[in-house]
Amino acid sequence: MRAIEAPSSHSRRECVMLKEKYQKEIDEILSRYPVKRSALIPLLYLAQQDEGYVSEMAMKEIAGLLRLTPPQVYETATFYTMLNLKRVGKYHLQICKSLMCALVGSDTVIGWVKTKLGIGPGETTADGLFTLSTVECLAACGTAPMMQVNEDYFERLTEEKFDRILADLKKDGTCSLKTGPFMWPEPANAVKREA
Amino acid sequence: MSKHEPVLLKNMLQPGYTGCLQDYERTGGYQALRKVLGKVPPTEVTATVMKSGLRGRGGAGFPTGVKWGFLPKDYRGPRYLCCNADESEPGTFKDRQLIERDPHQILEGIVLACYAIGAESSYIYIRGEFVLGARILEQAIAEARTAGYIGANILNTGITANVWVHRGAGAYICGEETALLESLEGKRGLPRVKPPFPATHGLYNKPTVVNNVETLANLPHIINRGPEWFASIGSPPKSTGTRIFCVSGHVKRSGNYEVPMGITFRELIYEHAGGMRSDKPLKAFIPGGASAPFLTPDHLDVKLDFESVAAAGSMLGSGGVTVMEEGTDMVWAALRLMEFFYHESCGKCTPCREGSSWLVQTMRRIVAKRGRMEDLETLVDLCKNIAGRTVCAFGDAEVAPIMSTLKHWKPEYVTLIHEAQAANLLHPKRIMARP
Repeated sequence: MRAIEAPSSHSRRECVMLKEKYQKEIDEILSRYPVKRSALIPLLYLAQQDEGYVSEMAMKEIAGLLRLTPPQVYETATFYTMLNLKRVGKYHLQICKSLMCALVGSDTVIGWVKTKLGIGPGETTADGLFTLSTVECLAACGTAPMMQVNEDYFERLTEEKFDRILADLKKDGTCSLKTGPFMWPEPANAVKREA
Repeated sequence: MSKHEPVLLKNMLQPGYTGCLQDYERTGGYQALRKVLGKVPPTEVTATVMKSGLRGRGGAGFPTGVKWGFLPKDYRGPRYLCCNADESEPGTFKDRQLIERDPHQILEGIVLACYAIGAESSYIYIRGEFVLGARILEQAIAEARTAGYIGANILNTGITANVWVHRGAGAYICGEETALLESLEGKRGLPRVKPPFPATHGLYNKPTVVNNVETLANLPHIINRGPEWFASIGSPPKSTGTRIFCVSGHVKRSGNYEVPMGITFRELIYEHAGGMRSDKPLKAFIPGGASAPFLTPDHLDVKLDFESVAAAGSMLGSGGVTVMEEGTDMVWAALRLMEFFYHESCGKCTPCREGSSWLVQTMRRIVAKRGRMEDLETLVDLCKNIAGRTVCAFGDAEVAPIMSTLKHWKPEYVTLIHEAQAANLLHPKRIMARP
C-alpha cells in the first residue's frame, strides 16, 4: 500500500489554498463536465503541479471543492500511479521495464542509473534531484529502451545519450534530446512542429 | 518504400507536414465534415460506416457501425462520445503517432461520429503520460474551434459538437471501455459489469460510444472515398481497410507500418520492418499486444486479419507486433509480461487480483531456478481459474503469455526446473537460506 506524506512536511502550503491560487484554472476545469466528480483527476494534477506531489491538505481541499468526502478523493488518488503521494526528486526518471523494452536493454539502463547516480527503483538521490521509478509500458516500444523524465520522453537510449541527458538536466533543467511529435520510422525531410 | 498506399499516415509522410490546421485543410481536411453535416442524415452516416466493414482498432475488433447502431433511437437526453486514446497495451504506439502528427484527422473523425450518434459532447481520454500529445490535441481543438469545425453551430449547420481532452493518470485498465468511463467520472478505473452496455448506460449513465483513435481517424476517409473503396482494401469481407501495425523487438527497422489487412507476418516483419536485427533467426512473436498469445516461426505465413490470427490461436488485438530472436528466454519473457499484468490488475475480481500474484510468484520461482515440476501444473490450474471468470477481458489476457509459452516452449520450463533439481537447490536447508 502506498502511504501519504506525513502532515508535518507540508506546513508550507497550509495557508495557500489551491482555490486562491488557481481560481481561473479550476473554473475552466469544472466547466468541462456536467458532473463535478469528473474534475477530480484534473484537479489532482493541478495540486501535483503546484507542489510536486499530492498532499493530504490538497486532497481535503479538492474534496471540498467537488463536494466529495476525503476518502472518495483518496481512494481515487491511490489508484493511479502517476499521482505521487510522496515527494519525488526534481527530475523523476521513469524507465519502462516491460518486455518490449527489456528485449532491447532496459535493464542495462536501470544499471546505468545505479552506477551513475547510485539509486535503485523507488529511491531518490541525496541532493533531491533525481528519483528513479521503474514503470510499465509507456507506448514507445519501437524506440526502446526509453525513459520519461517528468513530462518528456527520451527514446532509443544509449549510454552516451543517457550521460548527456543527465548532464543537461543538471545544468539547464531540460535536454534537447527529448522526443518531439512522435513518428517512427522518421519521415524524410521532417519538419517538427513547435508544441 | 511501401507498395501500398497509406491512408492514415499519408499526410504525415509528406515532407514538411506539421499537422496544423492549414496543412490538414490543404490535403483535403474537413471536407468530409462539409459533405455530411446537415446534408446527409445521421442514420445514413452510420449505414455508410456499417457498409465499409470498419472494425474497432483498439483490440476487440467490434464492427464500429454496429456499435453505433446499439444506441437507443428514441432517447432524448444527452449522449456522449469518448475517444479512447489510452493506448496502454504493451507493444502498441500507433495512436501516439496519429495524435502527435495529425491531430485534426482524429478531430474530424470525432465530429463525424458525434454527428452520427447525436452526441453534443465528447471526451478524448488520453493516457496521462502523453503530455505532449494532450497539448497538441488541445492546440488543435482551439484551432478547429476558431475555424468553426468544433463547438456550437458547426459550419452554420446548427449542429453542436464539443471536444475536451481528459488526461488519465497511469492505469492500463482504463483502456477497457467501462473502466475508462469510470475513470472519466473521477472514480477508480474498475470495469463495470456488463450488461448494461455503454450504448445504453455509459458515461453518467447516458448512451455512450467509446471508439479507439485509429477507428475514428478512418472515418473522414470512409466518408470522402466511399464505403465501397474502404471495403475493397484488406481482406474483405470481414477485415477491411488498412491497419497500422507497430513492430518492436529484435527487428532492424521497428516502427509503425500502415498496411492493408491480410498481408502475412512474414511480409510485415521481413519486408517492412527489415527483418531480424542480427543473424539470429526469429524465435517467437506476439501478434497483437501483450494480451495476445505468443506465436512461433511456423505462424509467419498467417495473414494479418482478425479471423486468420484467431484461427492460429492468438488474436490481432491492438496491432502491436513484438519480435523475439533465437536465444530469448521464453520463460523470462512470459514472466516480464506477467509482472506487467500483476502490476496493472485493478483488483476488482478475486481470480485476477489473487491469481496474478500467484502466477508472478510461481514464475519468479521457476526463473530463479527454485521451481518444482508441480509448479507447471499449478500454473495451468491458476490460468484456467482466471480466464473467463472476471468482469472484463483482462483475465483472459493475463494468462495468454504463460499459457502460450507453456504450449510452445514447455521444454524451457522443464530445463530450468531440471537445473534446479541438479544443483540440489531445492534442498530444504537451501530454500530456508534464500529469502
